[in-house]
Amino acid sequence: MGLRDALFGRTKQVAPQLDNIFALPAAALTLQSELDLVTSGQAGLCFKSGSGESTLLSDADIMELLNFEAEKDSVSLSTDDLGFKWLVINDPTVDGLVTKIHSANATMVEHELGPRLLCAVFGFVPATPPGEGAVRLVYLLKQGTFYPFAPTGPNQRDNELELRVKSFLSTDLVMEKDLSRWMALWNLPVR
Amino acid sequence: MAKTKIETDHGLNVRMFLTGLALVVLYLIITTLLIYLGVGYGLVIVIVAALIFSQYYFSDKIAMFSMHAHEVTPAEEPRLHEIVDRLCLLANMPKPRVGVAEMDIPNAFATGRSPSHAVICATRGIMARLSDEELEAVLAHELSHVAHRDVAIMTIASGVGMLAGLVSRMAMWGAMLGGGGGGGGRGGNNNDNAALVELATWVVSILIYVVAYLLTMALSRYRELAADRSGAILIGKPSVLASALVHITGDMGRIPRTDLRKAETMNAFFFVPALAGGTAASLFSTHPSLEKRLDALTKLERELNG
Repeated sequence: MGLRDALFGRTKQVAPQLDNIFALPAAALTLQSELDLVTSGQAGLCFKSGSGESTLLSDADIMELLNFEAEKDSVSLSTDDLGFKWLVINDPTVDGLVTKIHSANATMVEHELGPRLLCAVFGFVPATPPGEGAVRLVYLLKQGTFYPFAPTGPNQRDNELELRVKSFLSTDLVMEKDLSRWMALWNLPVR
Repeated sequence: MAKTKIETDHGLNVRMFLTGLALVVLYLIITTLLIYLGVGYGLVIVIVAALIFSQYYFSDKIAMFSMHAHEVTPAEEPRLHEIVDRLCLLANMPKPRVGVAEMDIPNAFATGRSPSHAVICATRGIMARLSDEELEAVLAHELSHVAHRDVAIMTIASGVGMLAGLVSRMAMWGAMLGGGGGGGGRGGNNNDNAALVELATWVVSILIYVVAYLLTMALSRYRELAADRSGAILIGKPSVLASALVHITGDMGRIPRTDLRKAETMNAFFFVPALAGGTAASLFSTHPSLEKRLDALTKLERELNG
């Protein structure tokens, strides 16, 4: 935010950064070799539905807009108890998940819904259960950075595992350096 | 302090004594300066002393207020009360009031003018992050602060800083008044000299303020190490306190449990994020670094076992 915007009390809506997400497939390989974590086959895109001209009225509108009508069974849309929409995508490969999430992002941006995007979440689970527990990689669309989220209970997260994931992935991914931004996403619908 | 069953660390005592001595020397310098500056300051000193005293006397209320903490009954927080009960029995000290601060930052504090007027407080964040055993270790550390009367000691120490700041302001006024009032019949030379002297006093007292501040911080760090030590000895397991410290003061303590969706405005979800602040240098820190505290606890663990 520039000085003039600050002086006049204006805030600009932030355009999301989409491109850093393409580094994920390489990071997935590292996760598998170092921590024995593989994709859960699910990814989610979290955004806030708002009101106004560009509002998406119904879930069906969103699905139509995102052009996922053709593969309805692998894509679902839900609203969580905090009023955020979750587009959950099923695909067995990380590449497929990344491609679909990116195309959804790009479509949202095209329709000027970019500022509403919150984050994308990719699920990773132990290849040989029980392992050390599941980890979600959260991609902050505004920051263009990743961070790990490993919930172990309704209000508990495994910080140790998260920090280890960070140390292994910091060469592959743009990791969020400010740890106070590693916000939790309790009860998220992505496996 | 003599009542509690806590052994002493002589090296730490010597360092604390030296820091304290340096503070006393500073007091002397300041008093000399005040006398040199002349009349009118007696009253100001009384006021400052009253301020410092009330800061000390109401320390529990001030701290509770600024941390958004409230007192809790045993029925509301049975776990917290039980831990404090047991620790107070162990250390043979009166049970302080128990409070909880509704914030996610993992922290705990104890304050109050005397052990019988103390309050011990934990945040929601620390209670959720630590196991019962680790929470007990942290509370033992805080109870040690109470037993060591750290509020009184740190109030006295930081009082020096306030006095020094006051002196520097006095000197500044003195310089301005001296420069304006003496300009009537005398030559410019005399005026310049007076102004120079005042300026020198001003610079010196600012230096004193800086040094006093650094010494207060150093003293605070030693008191923290002393509380770590006493707390660890009280529960008998330095390693548990060490693991609690790792969980709350290192990287892990900074990872929030706040939900991203709930923190949208704070987290600058829709808007440009604010710049993240850097970390303060260790010289200005009130707490020793995590490595130093862990080293001290490891050493203590060896002493206890060996």
